[in-house]
Amino acid sequence: MADREERRFAEISRESVKFMAESSGVELGDDVAALLAEDVCYRLREAAQSSSQFMRHAKRRKLTVEDFNRALHWSNVEAVCGYGAQDALPFRSAKEGELFFIEDRDVNLVELALATNIPKGCAETMVRVNVSYLDGKGNLEPQGTVPTAVQSLSDDLLKYYQQITRAILGEDPHLMKVALLDLQSNAKIAALLPYFVYVISGVKSVSHDLEQLNRLLHMVKSLVQNPYLYLGSYVRSLVSSVMYCILEPLAASINPLNDHWTLRDYAALLLSHIFWTHGDLVSGLYHQILLSLQKVLSDPVRPLCSHYGAVVGLHALGWKAVERVLFPHLPAYWANLQAVLDDYSVSNAQVKADGHKVYGAILVAVERLLKMKALSLSQPAEGGSSGHTGSVVGAMGYRVSSPGLSPPPEPLSEAALGIASHLQAGGAGCPWEEWTPVPLPAMYCELYSFFGDSLAVRFSTGPGFGSYLPYAPSQLGEARKEAPGPASNPDTTRKMPQLTANLNISPRHDGSPRTDPAPPSLAATGPGRSLTRSSTSTSSVQRSRSCSSRSGQRPAGLSRDVFPKARFTSPQAGIPAFTFLIGGRQMGRRCQGRRPFQTTFAPTPPLPAVPPRAYAHKLPVIGRVGRPVRRWACSCYSLHLPL
Amino acid sequence: MIIIVNLGCTAAWWLARSPSSIIKGLSVWIRTNRVAGSCAVRVLFFFNLAHAHFILKMAAVQGGLVDANEEKDIKSEPANDTWANNNANDGRLPSASPGASAAAGAPEDQQTLLAVLQFLRKNKLTESVEILRREAGLPEDSLESKGADSSGAGSGGAAAAAGEDQPDVNVVLSAYSQQGDPVLYPVYYSGLKRFIETVLDCHRAELSQVFYPLFVHMYLELVYNNHESEAKAFFEKFCGDQECYYGDDLRILSSLSKREHMRGNETLLDFRTSKFVLRISRDSYQLLKRHLQERQNNQIWNIIQEHLYIDIFDGIPRSKGQIDAMSGSLAGEAKREANKAKVYYGLLKEPEIELPLDDEDEEAENEEGKPKKKKPKKDSMGSKSKKQDPNAPAQTRIPLPELKDSDKLDKIMYMKEATKKIRLGPDNLPSICFYSFLNAYQGLTAVDFTDDSSLIAGGFADSTVRVWSVTPKKLRKVKSAADLNLIDKESDDVLERIMDEKTASESKILHGHSGPVYGISFSPDRNYLLSSSEDGTIRLWSLLTFTCLVGYKGHNYPVWDTQFSPHGYYFISGGHDRVARLWATDHYQPLRMFSGHLADITCTRFHPNSNYVATGSSDRTIRLWDVLNGNCVRIFTGHKGPIHTLAFSPNGKFLASGATDGRVLLWDIGHGLMIGELKGHTDTVYSLRFSRDGEILASGSMDNTVRLWDATKAFDDLETDDFTAATGHIHLQDNSQELLLGTYMTKSTPVIHLHFTRRNLLLAAGAYNP
Repeated sequence: MADREERRFAEISRESVKFMAESSGVELGDDVAALLAEDVCYRLREAAQSSSQFMRHAKRRKLTVEDFNRALHWSNVEAVCGYGAQDALPFRSAKEGELFFIEDRDVNLVELALATNIPKGCAETMVRVNVSYLDGKGNLEPQGTVPTAVQSLSDDLLKYYQQITRAILGEDPHLMKVALLDLQSNAKIAALLPYFVYVISGVKSVSHDLEQLNRLLHMVKSLVQNPYLYLGSYVRSLVSSVMYCILEPLAASINPLNDHWTLRDYAALLLSHIFWTHGDLVSGLYHQILLSLQKVLSDPVRPLCSHYGAVVGLHALGWKAVERVLFPHLPAYWANLQAVLDDYSVSNAQVKADGHKVYGAILVAVERLLKMKALSLSQPAEGGSSGHTGSVVGAMGYRVSSPGLSPPPEPLSEAALGIASHLQAGGAGCPWEEWTPVPLPAMYCELYSFFGDSLAVRFSTGPGFGSYLPYAPSQLGEARKEAPGPASNPDTTRKMPQLTANLNISPRHDGSPRTDPAPPSLAATGPGRSLTRSSTSTSSVQRSRSCSSRSGQRPAGLSRDVFPKARFTSPQAGIPAFTFLIGGRQMGRRCQGRRPFQTTFAPTPPLPAVPPRAYAHKLPVIGRVGRPVRRWACSCYSLHLPL
Repeated sequence: MIIIVNLGCTAAWWLARSPSSIIKGLSVWIRTNRVAGSCAVRVLFFFNLAHAHFILKMAAVQGGLVDANEEKDIKSEPANDTWANNNANDGRLPSASPGASAAAGAPEDQQTLLAVLQFLRKNKLTESVEILRREAGLPEDSLESKGADSSGAGSGGAAAAAGEDQPDVNVVLSAYSQQGDPVLYPVYYSGLKRFIETVLDCHRAELSQVFYPLFVHMYLELVYNNHESEAKAFFEKFCGDQECYYGDDLRILSSLSKREHMRGNETLLDFRTSKFVLRISRDSYQLLKRHLQERQNNQIWNIIQEHLYIDIFDGIPRSKGQIDAMSGSLAGEAKREANKAKVYYGLLKEPEIELPLDDEDEEAENEEGKPKKKKPKKDSMGSKSKKQDPNAPAQTRIPLPELKDSDKLDKIMYMKEATKKIRLGPDNLPSICFYSFLNAYQGLTAVDFTDDSSLIAGGFADSTVRVWSVTPKKLRKVKSAADLNLIDKESDDVLERIMDEKTASESKILHGHSGPVYGISFSPDRNYLLSSSEDGTIRLWSLLTFTCLVGYKGHNYPVWDTQFSPHGYYFISGGHDRVARLWATDHYQPLRMFSGHLADITCTRFHPNSNYVATGSSDRTIRLWDVLNGNCVRIFTGHKGPIHTLAFSPNGKFLASGATDGRVLLWDIGHGLMIGELKGHTDTVYSLRFSRDGEILASGSMDNTVRLWDATKAFDDLETDDFTAATGHIHLQDNSQELLLGTYMTKSTPVIHLHFTRRNLLLAAGAYNP
């Protein structure tokens, strides 16, 4: 009888009942247990019967735990909790004895939280319609072609995603190149975009690994260049990730051996690329970027590498950004930088080296600012319209670095409210609201007060610039005429950039493999000057930066050599006009002496006034310069020159 | 006191009109009101009953009085609607006590009164007991002796009456207490089996029907008398002989092996309380009777007498196919009388609506002709008159809400759309648009479209209701009261101004239920949405404010389905409590309760003329109820599984039903006959819909297909001769393949709702299951 019954239904044995009773401290006789077992079986069957109707009304084929619990609920039995998972519960048998149980694995919450595999998001419930059959005939399109935005990933896509991420983040550089190329041209990966964006947002978790950061940035570049992808609001997220690389004091930068400067340069380039190509997708993006850059720049607590990032970021965004953010901010910032550079203590060596990089970056940025400004001023002299064409030229000039893509017009008046972490809105007083353009001469004077001759040297390197200057308005003054003076000598001007460029090619070769064409630097090495004039300036930016970023001594020596002269003049000049006069005189004098100096200087470095770089490596690493800055804040225009 | 007397008279009128159903009506009334009713009302009713009996008795003696009563009471009829509902059980009443209806003599009355007294006493309504006893003139001790007698004796009217009292399980089951030798049960059964196998072929099929109910009752008797092992042996031995379509019930039965288990088992109670109906020709019946009497086989004879109702007809015995087509329900076939009542299946006359001539449409002129043009289309399937269908109910048979201006506008829109309607047919199949619910992790349980196909709503297992706009027009809420005050109420676009643009969105979520939403229905004017849920409530939502307006409580168990009347205002609901309720949106209590199904009511549908509702049930029957008086006017049997969807044809003449057995059955409402069987689906049919002209029937199923059937042909081939109509014997051709016009696969989406737009585009909906 019993075995017959067993074939029809699951049965609970009297032993089970006894065990259960014992576990709750009750002794049961055999007969009682048997009765109970039978009754339990019946109740179970009854509950299973009634649970099936909940399944039928839910229009499902699968009986769920929930159905069973509802049946229990309606027969006044407490629900069984803890089995609500949609997945099938694995039913295992223990090796010893006939014991079966549901496997209940431990869940490692930490692992779950930090897991890199992405959960398939819980998309919004929605209704989509498609014409399945037209006039009762033909299946135009198989039903179930779910729009990509809501499609849960097909297996193929998932595989693709895994392969691509593995290739990009993996070891094989060749594989990575292939993957990046595919990412750049694949037309069918729209559904994966959020996942890639998510991966890229992982920059924050790999800030210790320059290589990975680099790879992620390359991924950004590929995505941005893919013509089939509509980035939409993901631009914001991408920008935020890139900004992270530009601005954050990455964990990797603690070790001075890590070349995080290149990464920042590259990220800045990428930022401008994204901005020029996709900036129109998110309103107010330009503003937000500027705000966050400015915020970093004005925060003295941040390490110099962050400041460096802000400067190169501004530079990458174009000379207008430099004019608006960096230039007004320079006097205040200069004090801090000066303080760092003036500290010759051994413990400060590393920070000081960083300071020089910032110095170089600012120098390059303002140089182009001046050049472009002059260019924009010279244009109206020809065309009649003023600032507008200038900006166009500036944009045009910049476009060379991001070829074939038109810059989006960005309404500057728009209020910026950032969402991403790096696009935070700045303080209430946006500097550009009361910002008024500073006339070029004044600007030059002011800048000269900071940089002195090193600025002038820069100008001498731009040969094309000289040709424009004759058209410059007369009010430019003699300084302007003086400045291009040396530029009239083509030999020297040519030599200077070429020299530095040669120094700089090497990092590009040994650097991480860039799929980025990096047109500016390439164009700069070429001799085609008249066309790629502005890109030359960019290239010189890069060069000088890379120059300083190399641990070679010669570039450092150069800036060391020029720097004091500038500083010597600037404090003396109380007001810009005064500075201008003196500077002009000084510069004129210096210029005369500079040419021979320079030619002799280039092959052989000057006196090693700086402690050798080898020193620096042994020094304890200093991440932030908060203390020195504060210490020097009051004596910003110190005349105590250690020379 | 005056009121009581008056009501008493009213009740008396009702009772006089249908004396046979007094007892049943009362007991059902008691049953249905046990939950919700108050004692006071109950007592009041017993007053009336007492009156009723006197009047009835007098009426029996002097026939004239009844007429006088009737005349007097007709005026109070409207006030009496709810009482009328007590007759809702007409359909099953005779089935329960066929003998009693024949002669409602004095002893019968006496016993009924005793039963009532017993009931009152048990419920401690001592005062009522006193009054009733006094009024009925019963002696003090009569109750004790008779009561004991009635509960002890296994047979007799009193037991039957008490048996109606469903929760009184002991009384019900006590019928099984008669002892027979358990060892002999298999012998009896196999003896009968041998006999039936040896009779002539023409009788064998008919007599084989006896096997299943006999088997069940014998098994239950064994179980009840604690012969557990014998019962199991009996079951093992004979369960293989039963028809395969009883498999579900047999499984439930086999799980039951203890007397104690019988108490709580609803299926068994159903089986026990209702007589299993068999239709057998007179010849076959005589044969059986003679055999049993010859063999002195009292055990079986008793069961047949007590638990079976044999509906004997004259004529040739039915074939196996005919029997199989009609059987399968929990309680056997429907009795022929059950389907004899007249049903006004015709459509109501459409209200005359002046079409605005200043319509900018160039078709404005045509539109004058539209209503007339539309009618012939509708009548293409047979109704005779365009003016007033003789089969249509009186326009005011059921009070219907007046048309509002917006309704008239909508009607005009409907007519305009109707002119652009595609004429469908076997050569011109509809296009199908599929609405896939994506990411419905919560579990989509119900879908509904508005009639104009502008909104779609889904009910989900996570207790939410979601409404989407299918058109580009977004869903907006009405502004808050404060903002509404600022609006210029005289302006022409006031209806536009009251909407809050800020709330515009493609979809809205309605939260309120605390269990899966199993049924939803839009009101015809698109202002309301009904949802019924596992939590036992039906909620009315406003689609202007997207808030819940009313929660209708009455079903205390899951409510499986609900639907608005085609004219709005009324709605019907049905659920696990086996009672279908008719509600009006402005009443928090039901207007009618339709009870009679033996298992859950799984689906409910309104007839196009709003005068009838159809309910499908897990007991595998479909019932048609008259909204006016609550009577059950049709019982359709033939499905072999729980019925999950119903659809009326647009002309109101036919009904289609789909069940878990994957079949679609077609019914002629007027004649009360099954007229077609559409086989093809391989899984539960969850949705059925006729095209706007009734030419195509679309069915959607769990098997991920939509199938189109040629409804015109299915109905035209129908030869309803008088004999068929009279006997209810149907000859179904197996022509499913000819009628099937197309099968359309979805990718991986069960089709749970179908809808024809006003232009005859077929919309299907379901949740995508990747």
